[in-house]
Amino acid sequence: MFWIKRERRKFNSAGKAKSTIPEGSWKKCPTCNQIIFSEEIQRNLMVCPKCEHHFRINATERMELIVDEGTFVESYAELETDDPLNFKDIKKYKDRLKKLKEEKNKYSAIIVGEGKINNRRAKLGFFEFSFMGGSMGSVVGEKIASIVEDAIEDSIGVVIFSSSGGARMQEGIFSLMQMAKTSAALSKLKKCGLPFISVLTDPTTGGVTASFAMLGDIIVAEPCALICFAGPRVIEQTIRQTLPDGFQRAEYLLEHGMIDMIVHRNKLKETISKLLNMLKN
Amino acid sequence: MMVTYLDFERPIAELEKKVEELKHTTSTRNVDIRSETKKIETKIKKMQKDIYTTLTPLQRVQLSRHASRPYTLDYIENIFTDFQELCGDRKYNNDPAIVGGLARLGNETVMIVGNQKGRTTTEKLHRNFGMAHPEGYRKAHRLYELAERFKKPIITFIDTPGAYPGISSEERGIAEAIATNLQRMIELKVPVIAVVIGEGGSGGALALGVSNRVLMLEYSTYSVISPEACSSILFRDASKSDYAAEVLKVTSKDMLKFGIVDEIVPEPEGGAHKDHKVAGKLLKKALAKNLEELKKYSIAELLENRYDKFRKIGSFKQS
Ligand SMILES: [Zn+2]
Repeated sequence: MFWIKRERRKFNSAGKAKSTIPEGSWKKCPTCNQIIFSEEIQRNLMVCPKCEHHFRINATERMELIVDEGTFVESYAELETDDPLNFKDIKKYKDRLKKLKEEKNKYSAIIVGEGKINNRRAKLGFFEFSFMGGSMGSVVGEKIASIVEDAIEDSIGVVIFSSSGGARMQEGIFSLMQMAKTSAALSKLKKCGLPFISVLTDPTTGGVTASFAMLGDIIVAEPCALICFAGPRVIEQTIRQTLPDGFQRAEYLLEHGMIDMIVHRNKLKETISKLLNMLKN
Repeated sequence: MMVTYLDFERPIAELEKKVEELKHTTSTRNVDIRSETKKIETKIKKMQKDIYTTLTPLQRVQLSRHASRPYTLDYIENIFTDFQELCGDRKYNNDPAIVGGLARLGNETVMIVGNQKGRTTTEKLHRNFGMAHPEGYRKAHRLYELAERFKKPIITFIDTPGAYPGISSEERGIAEAIATNLQRMIELKVPVIAVVIGEGGSGGALALGVSNRVLMLEYSTYSVISPEACSSILFRDASKSDYAAEVLKVTSKDMLKFGIVDEIVPEPEGGAHKDHKVAGKLLKKALAKNLEELKKYSIAELLENRYDKFRKIGSFKQS
């Protein structure tokens, strides 16, 4: 599945910082259709208080949720996306990147670094879905491979929170090769007996799923997250069939043996911390 | 075998037909006819050269999928001896969209794994148009490990539009199957050579492509997404495939320039489909040379070489 900018769905919170939601606004939950006071959802970690629907959250929100306060140190922030193909569709890739940088102060589809989870150090990666659908290009691949190698250097584990439309089409073959690169780095981590916990959040698709994201020693998913290789639309077009209910959702993957567990957002930090502690040598 | 032609091949095909007719319907004593034949043959040569030096990227994509292009089993027949097919993933099924087995390249026993397309309608369906399910990749995985245990070099043939995008594929874990192969291939303690022989389509191709040497046939392509799919995603209509093929940069020359492949293997004039035997011969030469070189590597060197090769691929700035 590939990322492409589509009209923002009305009730999708993806990429919106907390502060941008005007006070007193209301949100309609796409799952239970209830109209809920936005602040109430925010207080509830962006989870619908009525039906537990997990709204998408951005990299910073995710980091605040998981990392002990004040312990996160970002690395490789200096890596910036290049345009090796001189790619242009309706817009130039360069212009898209420039706009994200200048208007939204966003440089990359992932933030990586080191932080503590309940006092245990780990190398961490947080995907930013609002940056070109969290798609994996050269920068994303390089950042992931680099923190994995750093983790080996420091003898600590890795936790990556994925939210991605897959490969970055605008970087052509270079984006495809990041699948091999990230998987290769994790192979070294595995040999060193260091844990990789892969957390799949809505949506994790395409080349991200088919590389590092499915290589977790332990794979955790958020409730109802879309997790797939080929997206539902692609499959529907190929087989011209309506897809079964719940197809490619976290619960479906758990049932089919593809992931270890589904964890509610309010238990996520505690669960990861527990797993890291139990896997330590 | 039914002969099919791409649009840009038609003028050449018509002249070739004319030559054939002249050769059959006339006595060779006739000097006029013989000189006429010669004239047309020269014309064909020139026309072929003109057409093939100015192929558009989309035409190259069409050539990489040419209905008469040699497939993995054709190369196996033309390059190797004693091929013994090995089947099944030992978990679920035997996927005919990926074939594999032991064979000899000269005196060397090697493991072969390749995507397989079908020629006739029945074969196409049987091979699922070269689009493998998870069990295909799990068979590949099993054969990689078998080769490693018995210290046999691995040669893979890449020729697929991509892994199969369907319910059966998703429910049996296509993403996990591809990911596991990407990781296992980097760890293999034997020489690995991958050859893109036709369509190198996305993750389903790369799952056979993590190797010490990546060779690419002249008129094959390698891409993160098909030009058709790219066009329909970016422009919401598939009619801009021509433009998508160009902007995606999918040709063997592009791949060599980007450092994605190590070597371009030449094809017979007009493309590999014009002469399967010659195509096999040219590839055999390249395989033998590369294998000879890799045999000099220690296991540590093989692993380091493969890791570094993929670790360094990427294009970014440091601000
Ligand atoms: Zn709800």
